[in-house]
Amino acid sequence: MKEQLALLPSYLTSHVQLTLLALLCSTAVSLPLGLVVTRVKWLERPVLALAAIIQTVPSLALLAIMVPLLATFNFQSIGFLPAFIGLTLYGILPILRNTVTGIANVDPALLDAAKAVGMTPSQQLYRVELPIAMPVIIAGLRTATAWTVGVATLSTPVGATSLGNYIFSGLQTRNHTSVLIGCVAAAILALVLDGLVRGLEISVRKRQLRQFFGLIAALGTLYLYLGFNLATTVFLPSIRPVTIGAKGFTEQYILAEILGQWIENETGRPSTQMQSLGSMVAFDALVAGDVDAYVDYTGTLWSNVMGRPTVGGNRTNVLAEVRTFLASQHGIQIAATLGFENAYAVAARAPDAETLGLTKISDLIPLGNTLSMGGDFEFFSRPEWRSIQDIYGLTFQEQRTMDAALMYQAAASGAVDLISAYTTDGRISAYNLRVLEDDRFAIPPYDAVILVSEQAMRRWPDVFEAISALNGTIDVEAMREMNLAVDEEGIAPERVAASYLAKLRTSQSPDITELNKPPPSPAR
Amino acid sequence: MIELRHLTKLYGDTVAVDDLSIQVPDGEFLVLLGGSGCGKTTTLKMVNRLIEPSGGSVWIDGRDSAELVPFELRRKIGYTFQQVGLFPHMTVAENIAVTPTLLGWSPRKIQNRVSELLELVGLDSRELRERNPTQLSGGQQQRIGVARALAAKPRVMLLDEPFGALDPLTRQRLQKFLARLRHELSLTIVFVTHDIAEALKLADRIAIMQKGTLRQIGTPAALMLDPADDYVRQLLDAPRQEAQLVETLVTGNSSSSENIERDK
Repeated sequence: MKEQLALLPSYLTSHVQLTLLALLCSTAVSLPLGLVVTRVKWLERPVLALAAIIQTVPSLALLAIMVPLLATFNFQSIGFLPAFIGLTLYGILPILRNTVTGIANVDPALLDAAKAVGMTPSQQLYRVELPIAMPVIIAGLRTATAWTVGVATLSTPVGATSLGNYIFSGLQTRNHTSVLIGCVAAAILALVLDGLVRGLEISVRKRQLRQFFGLIAALGTLYLYLGFNLATTVFLPSIRPVTIGAKGFTEQYILAEILGQWIENETGRPSTQMQSLGSMVAFDALVAGDVDAYVDYTGTLWSNVMGRPTVGGNRTNVLAEVRTFLASQHGIQIAATLGFENAYAVAARAPDAETLGLTKISDLIPLGNTLSMGGDFEFFSRPEWRSIQDIYGLTFQEQRTMDAALMYQAAASGAVDLISAYTTDGRISAYNLRVLEDDRFAIPPYDAVILVSEQAMRRWPDVFEAISALNGTIDVEAMREMNLAVDEEGIAPERVAASYLAKLRTSQSPDITELNKPPPSPAR
Repeated sequence: MIELRHLTKLYGDTVAVDDLSIQVPDGEFLVLLGGSGCGKTTTLKMVNRLIEPSGGSVWIDGRDSAELVPFELRRKIGYTFQQVGLFPHMTVAENIAVTPTLLGWSPRKIQNRVSELLELVGLDSRELRERNPTQLSGGQQQRIGVARALAAKPRVMLLDEPFGALDPLTRQRLQKFLARLRHELSLTIVFVTHDIAEALKLADRIAIMQKGTLRQIGTPAALMLDPADDYVRQLLDAPRQEAQLVETLVTGNSSSSENIERDK
């Protein structure tokens, strides 16, 4: 709890920064747009329809789609910018719609009166239409505020720190305290900001000038501080720490901690993390130079980045091909091979496997139609799954997609019969599951490799060297133990990482696998 | 002097006002009278350009109003209508002060004018000036509407069924008030109504309109004595018939009730 709360100032600041700047922009866009639309009638339908369409895109997808979109135009595609743009778009509809409704609902008699007393068109707008529509517009702003605070928690996977960091990592590592802190902090923030907007509205309506200017001054100060904060991060990249990426699951949190702590210890350079990134977001961030290093898996790179439809043979060949491809296409180096595989595997409840005599995937062939299978969000659209279907000719009675953190429990409780387990997951044994052998080699190898970006390599040769020293230092058993320590014993990833590194430093000869020494980097 | 010259308004193929020409000399109280859709409100709104004419012109004091800037023209013409249209986000005083504020009067001059006007329309300045207009009765609201229209000392006033939504007693009080006021301020007034009794009571001259055209114009007495056609005769006869009907209901005199039946 204490450790978690120590993160609050940085998470909260980023969250407030994102929320307030996005709200400012949503308002700056939608208020004038709303006024234009009420003046130019034919625009109303298309503009409102467009805003509504943006709103129907699920918020997580809206933020995620900003990443490749921004990358296409060579903007910073990870971190503040995609989250900020996504949130701004998301906040537009409520303010826009309420502006249009508010203005449209002004009694026509009042407009006649405004004209008749001799107001110019702009005086009609500022002295009559806007003040009368103000409560409705403010209501829209309040809706947008609540939404933006909530949706901002989803900016974690696109690399922007927010209160969502608590929620995403907490959900993955089953740390309920962390999830709770994130939710409660977001709720309190939403209430405070709503109160602020409400206070502004009341002071305007009741003409309490002192209160109004007090609130404006408070808001202004906040914006100045946030703007300054942002400016320093944007315009002073020289003080930038080594940025380690982590996808959104336990193993990645641990490995990112190991990398960060190792680099800080070996080179004395500060490091920071971008946590809970989407799988492709992490790679894109590395290519763009927003992330300097992270751990990925050869099988993932093989299918997602290289776009190979087929399973790529044995571990050595796949690794070699991935290495060549990354270096030649993106200038990315595989600095180290950690020494374990985190592959997909098909797992069943051990007692069931016993009674049905299941030891390998081909044993499922006669049973396929009676069984149900659970997979993580991507499994059923991945080539492994197609490959399993093709090679074993398997079809199941039911396929269910679920969160990876819940999958093991689902199998143990009998909600599904089989799951797409990860071979390093400590919960396989913890939940008494059995991995079925892939006897026809349908599943590709998934060696964990540390990727380092071209930019980072040039900027920090010492960092690259330090990372290379991690080659072959973690085997499957070690990784499984660490995962289990976080997932089931509730130990924080940074502590698990620290104690592993301590053990590593004392043992003189780390376990070396046959995949050890990387061939010399291809010349560039 | 207000002069309507061949004033015409078309909405698509529909003729709302058809080649209307009327002169209103300074200080005259002219009533535009007619049924719903006869074009009387459209005519009135063309005087201060709330509606732009399709043809013809309006001349005020020898100047073509089409050549004036609309909002400047309107600041010189008082306008009051049935819905009153007081601004709900402003106090009574701010509502009355709106045109002087637009004209850039000094705050002190505005405050004095507001007090003056509240007194003129018979309302307690101290009690009402900081109130919200929505808290007032219909009669009080319309008095404030009149005060707002008079704030910048216009010489011309346009009134569009200003008392139509008020109860009969309040309406009579305000009619008397207006009759006195216009002499006090020697206003030139164009007043739209479909209430014949109201027209007869207030008007110097009545212009009777039907389907966008002028049927007859003249003093109430002249129209009553010498109606130009059946429509005018029937229209002006309506209040008398109503009075007879009321009397029949009270006294039970059946003969006059039969008369009414036959007239229908």
